[in-house]
Amino acid sequence: MKFSVTVTLKKDVLDPQGKVVQDTLQNLGMDNLKNIRQGKYFEIELNDTNQNKAEKKVDDMCKKLLANLIIEDYKVNKI
Amino acid sequence: MNSSVIVFPGSNCDRDIAIALEKMQFKNQMVWHKETKLPKSDLIVVPGGFSYGDYLRSGAIAGKSLIINEVIKAANDGCLVLGICNGFQILTETGLLKGVLLRNQNLKFINKDVNIKVINNDTKFSNKYKKDQVLKINIAHNEGNYFTNPNHLKELNNENLIAFRYCDENGVVNKDSNPNGSLENIAGIFNSKKNILGMMPHPERMVDNLISNTDGVNLFSSLLN
Repeated sequence: MKFSVTVTLKKDVLDPQGKVVQDTLQNLGMDNLKNIRQGKYFEIELNDTNQNKAEKKVDDMCKKLLANLIIEDYKVNKI
Repeated sequence: MNSSVIVFPGSNCDRDIAIALEKMQFKNQMVWHKETKLPKSDLIVVPGGFSYGDYLRSGAIAGKSLIINEVIKAANDGCLVLGICNGFQILTETGLLKGVLLRNQNLKFINKDVNIKVINNDTKFSNKYKKDQVLKINIAHNEGNYFTNPNHLKELNNENLIAFRYCDENGVVNKDSNPNGSLENIAGIFNSKKNILGMMPHPERMVDNLISNTDGVNLFSSLLN
């Protein structure tokens, strides 16, 4: 079973990297850019067959290591 | 006084801190991160560097390493713990210190000597300094921009848990004297019991006039006091 995890900075945390990417894209002539936030992406494969259990495991992984909940949010999707 | 310096793959200030501790007559031992037991220690130092290549987030992997469980146990039992630079980042990842060190606001690695002000000198780590004393200490980091939630920030101020703030040479704390965007110019904090200090500046680099200055010496002599 395979899941994707996206970790991004919380809305109210300044994302200087995203800001620089946005500024650079604007310099390249890509206008009408409203906002860019940079994040991290993980693909996680598990041997489990029970989806509920597997989702719980991935959630636990996010909480314990993949995301720092003080500054980051995460989203899990089955793929 | 017995000290232990924890060594991770990628630590690079471990020898510097060991030399500083030995110079100050600590009986020091180096402890590899795969150990599961700590030698008897009055002080544990988590040194600077790039533990595990800063993979995932600075300090995130080291914060879950085998030896860290022992460090957490010892810290909860009252052992003195000092985290410098990457060590500070690791301590926040373990939860021993609250908050987080974000990327420097200017997105640059900053390596320079900066001024910091002693805010609380009534602790095991700072009793040999004078309150509001201005020190010149080296910083060398990419993620030193301290951030925490408003409630914890209030607690830091009300409980006198801020150890150092970045300032100019006259002790003025303002935006211009803030090198990395750190919240309220915070350069170092204590936990609520004040047995744990995390700081971004490197006191171990300031113990010899031959290479820098001696502004870091009193941190170590405070511990011996």
